Amino acid sequence: MLRSIIISTAFHFTIIITGIVSLPFVAKKPIDIPPLVSIELIQITDKTNIPYAPKAKKIIDKIKKEKEKLVSEQAPPKKVKKEKPDAIPLPKQEIEDVKKIEEKKQNPEKDDDSIKQVSEFEKKELFDSNSIAALIDKSKEEFAETMIQNDKITQSEDKSMNLSGLTLNEEDALKAQIFGCWSIPLGLPYNENLLVRVKLKLKPDGSVIKSEILDHARMNKPGQGFYKVLAESALRAIQLCQPLRVPTTGYERWKDMQLNFDASEMLKG
Amino acid sequence: MKKLKILFFSLFFILIQSVSYSLIEVDISRGNLNPLPISVSPLFADKKSNNLLKNDLKIENLGLKIADVIENNLEQTGLFNTLSREAFLQKPDIAHLKPRFEDWALIKSQALITGKITYKDEKLKVEFRLWDVLAGREMLALAFTTVPNNWRRIGHIISDKIYERLTGEKGYFDTRIIYVAEAGPKTQRVKKLAIMDQDGFNTKYLTLGNELVLTPRFNPTNQMVTYLSYFKNLPRVYLLDIETGMQEVVGDFPGMTFAPRFSPDGKKIIMSFAKDGNSDIYTMNLENRIVERITNHPSIDTSPSFSPDGKYITFNSDRSGFQQIYVMKSDGSSVRRISFGRGLYGTPVWSPRGDLIAFTKLHKGKFYIGVMRVDGSGERLLTENYYQEAPSWSPNGRVLIFYRETKTDSEGKGFSAKLWSIDLTGYNERKVETLTDASDPSWSSLLSN
Repeated sequence: MLRSIIISTAFHFTIIITGIVSLPFVAKKPIDIPPLVSIELIQITDKTNIPYAPKAKKIIDKIKKEKEKLVSEQAPPKKVKKEKPDAIPLPKQEIEDVKKIEEKKQNPEKDDDSIKQVSEFEKKELFDSNSIAALIDKSKEEFAETMIQNDKITQSEDKSMNLSGLTLNEEDALKAQIFGCWSIPLGLPYNENLLVRVKLKLKPDGSVIKSEILDHARMNKPGQGFYKVLAESALRAIQLCQPLRVPTTGYERWKDMQLNFDASEMLKG
Repeated sequence: MKKLKILFFSLFFILIQSVSYSLIEVDISRGNLNPLPISVSPLFADKKSNNLLKNDLKIENLGLKIADVIENNLEQTGLFNTLSREAFLQKPDIAHLKPRFEDWALIKSQALITGKITYKDEKLKVEFRLWDVLAGREMLALAFTTVPNNWRRIGHIISDKIYERLTGEKGYFDTRIIYVAEAGPKTQRVKKLAIMDQDGFNTKYLTLGNELVLTPRFNPTNQMVTYLSYFKNLPRVYLLDIETGMQEVVGDFPGMTFAPRFSPDGKKIIMSFAKDGNSDIYTMNLENRIVERITNHPSIDTSPSFSPDGKYITFNSDRSGFQQIYVMKSDGSSVRRISFGRGLYGTPVWSPRGDLIAFTKLHKGKFYIGVMRVDGSGERLLTENYYQEAPSWSPNGRVLIFYRETKTDSEGKGFSAKLWSIDLTGYNERKVETLTDASDPSWSSLLSN
């Protein structure tokens, strides 16, 4: 009997000791895990309720942390460098910069309220000097919010640009080159459709292998003689400009390209 | 097994989609409005034709002369930059057969005109080709046969064809301008009707200068002219056939008639008739001589001009208290004022395109030539000066010709009246050379229609 009690006690003791050694949470206090920084925390919807600078500062700090993670995971480092300011610029500059980026990229989530807010900010600044500080604070928060939205778009846009488009810089360079080469015929009727679509096949150095007018049938239609003149002027511009200023990389992406020449804006003035 | 196949194909298409690229589209909404660089190579003539032309007709270097006419016409438009012949690397005869496009591209030429002249059996054959230098292909090739003395007209016709091919609108070079040629001191001016080519050549006088003549206007369909002159000491509207020199007074009105203009079909004359201090607008059918009153208002209605479709008439009237421009239906109904700017508006002329009305405006002592849309919107003042008026449209509705007078100095000298032209951009303003002082120009329609 005594022997059985001793064996049972020893057995239970062994189990308890083994449990303490192998299961540390039994012996130690639970680990204090720092809360995860969630994007939801940064998405401020009610801008007018956050008029103070400290709050904005917190948000900006959080964004910076979050941004570092996102950049390392997904966004190409070069593009992020361009969009990420080294230091926080003055509120007005910040707003203007953000506005430009939003407009150029045709942000689907573009927040009209934020733009209105910007203009109100500019107006108020002129008339109410006492509330400048508060307004600056608010603008910082707005900036923080738009930065989040902007970052999100940049990442998704990067994906799509890699597959289906040119970056804004690449597109601007190409446009600027062709603007200089395209002599618009002045005798065109300004109340007609003046869009000429030209499909190009390009070499890696930007020279043109083949150019094709997409609405070719329109050239021979009665009363559309001006279209032939317009189409020829577009083809001349391409010839004059080649080799086109295309990106040095990603040939597969832009080897086929469509240029839409539209003279309406210029002729209507 | 079937499910496996579907799964396999789905995966295959997903993979294909992931590596294909959608077509990049770039919108080009701006360009430049710089003149197009163009080379006009002298037209080539063989030795035999050259000798015949020189001996029979005393014309030397006809190929060069025709090229000069073309070059001058294109340069005057402001739309073309004609390149210096000294820079040309290829000879005219070889260039006409097959241009070396690299050579022409090297001098920054985007278009090239070449041609050839043959004189045989007293007939002059002129052929020309228009080349697209950058595309390396021919754009247009035509040949004309005529009597040698018509060589300037051939140059104008070629210019029209080239202009139309490169700009998309009709040219205006094979046209003539009728105007009042003036001579003598300002108080004793002798005024004669004169006609010339649009580039100032081939001037001919149609009247002797015994009577004062004013406001000559071309018939849009043939070579008839209507103008104002004095008959029994009263200003009256006349008709003149340019070819025969026959002239007649239009209608037997008991007062004075003035400001005549043809209807677009050339069958009617529209004019002002003034009696007892009141002036109204009338039309007269030239076939049956029936006179029709169009306006009936106690104010002064004058300077009528038809729209190109003949359905509307624009005129100026002081019925609002100041001289302004109005538009009405051709039967005189639905009169509405279209000018509302500051100053006085007069001499409205409907564009041959139908989209604009040109006018003279007087504001703060200065005269302006301007255009506005037919509803009065989009007023644009093209040129400003001390005194200028009477705009007349080129047949393609792109250029206006008008006259400008200079101030007389304290000794009564320095007065002159000259013709000027300006295009719709307002930038291409040029003096039109005439043998004497000139006023009241009117541009004909294309002669080679």
